[in-house]
Amino acid sequence: MEFKNPQQELERFRSRLAVAGGFVLLCFTLLFVRFVWLQIVQHDYYQTRAEDNRISLVPVVPNRGLILDRNGAVLARNYSAYTLEITPSKTRDLERLIDGLAAVIDIQPKDRKRFRKLLEESRNFESLPIRTRLTDEEVAKFIAHRYRFPGVDIKARLFRQYPGGAFASHMLGYIGRVNDKDLEKIEEKEADANYRGTDHFGKTGLEQRYEFDLHGETGFEKVEVDAGGRAVRTLARTAPVAGNNLTLTVDAELQRIAELAFGDRKGALVAIEPATGGILALVAVPNYDPNLFVDGIDTQNWKELNESPDKPMVNRALNGAYPPGSTFKPFMALGALTLGKRRPEQLISDPGFFNFGGHHFRDDKKGGHGMVDMYKSIVHSCDTYYYMLANDMGIDNIAAFMGSLGLGSRTGIDIDGESEGVLPSQEWKRKRFKKPEQQKWYAGETISIGIGQGYNAYTPIQLAQATAIVANNGVMFRPHLVKYVTDTRSGEKRMIEPEPLRRLDFKPEHIEVIRNAMIGVNKEGTGARAFAGAGYVSAGKTGTAQVFSYKGVEHKTERMQAHLRDHALFIAFAPADKPTIALAVLVENGGFGAQAAAPIARQVLDYYLLGKKPNAPAPADEAAVEEDEE
Amino acid sequence: MNRGIGLATFREWGQKLVAPIDGPLMVIAGLLLLLAIGMMGSASPERLNSQFMNVAAALVVMRMAAQVPPQRLMHLAVPVYVLAVLLLIAVALFGDVSKGARRWLNLGFMRAQPSELMKIAMPLLLAWFFQKREAMPRLRDYVIAATLLLLPVGLIARQPDLGTAVLVLAAGFYVIFFAGLSWKILIGMAAAGLAAAPLAWNLLHDYQRNRILTLLDPEKDPLGKGFHIIQSTIAIGSGGIFGKGWRGGTQAQLEFIPERHTDFIFAVFSEEFGLLGNLLLLSLYALLIGRGLMIAANAATLFSRLLAGAVTMIFFTYAFVNMGMVSGILPVVGVPLPLISYGGTALVTLFLGIGILMSIHGNRMLVQK
Repeated sequence: MEFKNPQQELERFRSRLAVAGGFVLLCFTLLFVRFVWLQIVQHDYYQTRAEDNRISLVPVVPNRGLILDRNGAVLARNYSAYTLEITPSKTRDLERLIDGLAAVIDIQPKDRKRFRKLLEESRNFESLPIRTRLTDEEVAKFIAHRYRFPGVDIKARLFRQYPGGAFASHMLGYIGRVNDKDLEKIEEKEADANYRGTDHFGKTGLEQRYEFDLHGETGFEKVEVDAGGRAVRTLARTAPVAGNNLTLTVDAELQRIAELAFGDRKGALVAIEPATGGILALVAVPNYDPNLFVDGIDTQNWKELNESPDKPMVNRALNGAYPPGSTFKPFMALGALTLGKRRPEQLISDPGFFNFGGHHFRDDKKGGHGMVDMYKSIVHSCDTYYYMLANDMGIDNIAAFMGSLGLGSRTGIDIDGESEGVLPSQEWKRKRFKKPEQQKWYAGETISIGIGQGYNAYTPIQLAQATAIVANNGVMFRPHLVKYVTDTRSGEKRMIEPEPLRRLDFKPEHIEVIRNAMIGVNKEGTGARAFAGAGYVSAGKTGTAQVFSYKGVEHKTERMQAHLRDHALFIAFAPADKPTIALAVLVENGGFGAQAAAPIARQVLDYYLLGKKPNAPAPADEAAVEEDEE
Repeated sequence: MNRGIGLATFREWGQKLVAPIDGPLMVIAGLLLLLAIGMMGSASPERLNSQFMNVAAALVVMRMAAQVPPQRLMHLAVPVYVLAVLLLIAVALFGDVSKGARRWLNLGFMRAQPSELMKIAMPLLLAWFFQKREAMPRLRDYVIAATLLLLPVGLIARQPDLGTAVLVLAAGFYVIFFAGLSWKILIGMAAAGLAAAPLAWNLLHDYQRNRILTLLDPEKDPLGKGFHIIQSTIAIGSGGIFGKGWRGGTQAQLEFIPERHTDFIFAVFSEEFGLLGNLLLLSLYALLIGRGLMIAANAATLFSRLLAGAVTMIFFTYAFVNMGMVSGILPVVGVPLPLISYGGTALVTLFLGIGILMSIHGNRMLVQK
């Protein structure tokens, strides 16, 4: 056994201490080398990374432009509200985070559902609202707990608001969260940079068509952010420029009266200023509340709107195509004069039917109207006159003339998605049908075209435009809702469609014949009851469009189911000598034009020309039995 | 006259009070404490007051330890070790779980972390053990020592608390090393250790493996496991030579550095004071360690020597592991920056060590050959 030698032991211990000391120095030198590497050699790289961490360019979303009516009444505006937003890319367990938030702030299942929907549609790295419109109390409560929720913050956001609710919704449209389709449009416009930070986009109506005017220029803020992504302070700022305001040709009060005039009936009304093509009112009812869409519509409301048999999401003024019925007759008459197929005073004999190839095309009036000239044919809406006329003109002449009035093609109104309608012609039929026997146009088919039935189908705005062209002596404008766009920066006004589209070569005396006959309609014809006692001279024409064909069967509309009743139509312009307004009214399943549509036109014209405000929706004049109509 | 007597009495008390305290150690520790207070003022000002309390408590512990002669400490070695092991077993059986680890023992009136006690109990016991050997220690003695060491290390590693396990293991290893374990065996052990690494890998918890993987490639998971290391190296690197100034570190002040008042406080320091600050900090630690090794070299008994050497090297281990992990050259284990990180437990343990060093210094060899 080796015993201890204290001196040797001490020496050995001290040498071990020296080794340990050396090891310490070695390790510290290693650390120092590491520090030199990080802090001198790689300093610039890490400096940049620290700055990237710290500084964030935050887009400042501009105020969206306002939509104003022709008198400056606000139809769409913005208001500021607090939202509680989550940045999904900065959170790990989203469900747990939301559960945690729910303990602090009221979060309903529908908020979660909407959030999930937004999450699916969202672009990377954007923050999404889990709750909107927080109260001040909720804001304070969240701020007290904020440290617990990294990646969650309160934001003051501007929200779009349509103060009139459902008012004019088909015209205004709405905005909603940006989706992939919108992103494509943004890229197409090369506006990506300007849309950084923007999370809403015009989806329908004017909001959609004028999106890039309304949006404005995004500003930028250079901010210092902390690890939770929260802005600590602003280092520099480029202010945003608010979007351009739209001033409409629409008269909001007129629009309101027109909407109210429908009561709870379905239909459309388009009123145009003939001298400019500016739309004064564009009604499609029923309508919907666009405010529902702004921060993401919930499933239940969406279902209700889409599944309702009344189809409130359909803009009937632009997308509903209806046979024009007898409102077609003044245009037929004008066509006959222009093409020299009739003289105004030329008489035809109406036995109550028109025989073509052994088939009796019946007139609405049993026994017929007797001897009928052009004036009488319009005032009393004589069908036989137009059966004959259609036969004399031929389908392709009719199609060419009606086409020149804009019927059967998009008017080009400043709302996207307008329908074309159907302007029947030989060519149309060839394209429309597949089987050869169906592609052939039969001369018999031309007959009912003459009274606005058959394949005819036009949108209310096409009818209104055609009426406005007649009222404006053949000068045709593209109908438009926006009068001018005001540039926010320069204050300049950019006029929309100020020049006529084309001038149709009508003879003034021909126009005069039609005008007189349409004045006669409202004075002594089918529109006389509706326009009794009006303090102005108006020109009009009633129409009734068959929804369903009852071959040879006598029918009474009262007995029919509501959705099978005829559509009521009315076109008018006034004052007749120097028209300031031209309109087309359609009441779905309203029955006769004189019953349902003419009283609505009366209320609208009364207000526009006389300032008279009705105190109830236009009454359906059930007594107006239209013996003169088909 | 009364005043004169009073003053003299106070002076006498004062002398008694500072007598066991080693001046150089106290100055170095004091400078480190000043840095600690400064850093707390930047990283987490709201914790300043409570850190002052921790410092005060630690200084009291130090002063008390400085007064206890090494012989008395030797008597305490076995009971303290046994107590610590029993507590560790109790933790394994009844301990509270916090953050996925069973580290705390609820004693009713307080929660204790017995693994902390082991950092001092371990070198104490092993120093006692080698002191007790009459003859030169033989291989058998080293095997016994290794067993005494590995039992508690295993218990701590199982909690799991890798940081403390590493520190306790290191503390025990230092005693064995200083006791004179032959180089042959040391090298053999190192080789065996390397060979056993794959086995050890299998024994690690997933999160412990991840820490090691993260060290190798932190950018693989920049928002998850790699976040700590990425952000702390960015902080250090962006500090440059001179640093961004006290409270001027954007990484620290904007909360990009996690745990910035505890384990990652070095990143805050390094960002705000730069390479020069790091040099100062390394120098202070080197001086502290140097003074400790000097005390060990002059200690009177084998027990004192081994204890002083091991305690000193514990400081080194703390400092190296912490700065190494924060600067991204060592895996992240829970080891604070000695004397600077926030927290009472580690501070008390460290000042207990300093107190022991002072006591050993007070009882050094008076006659040198």
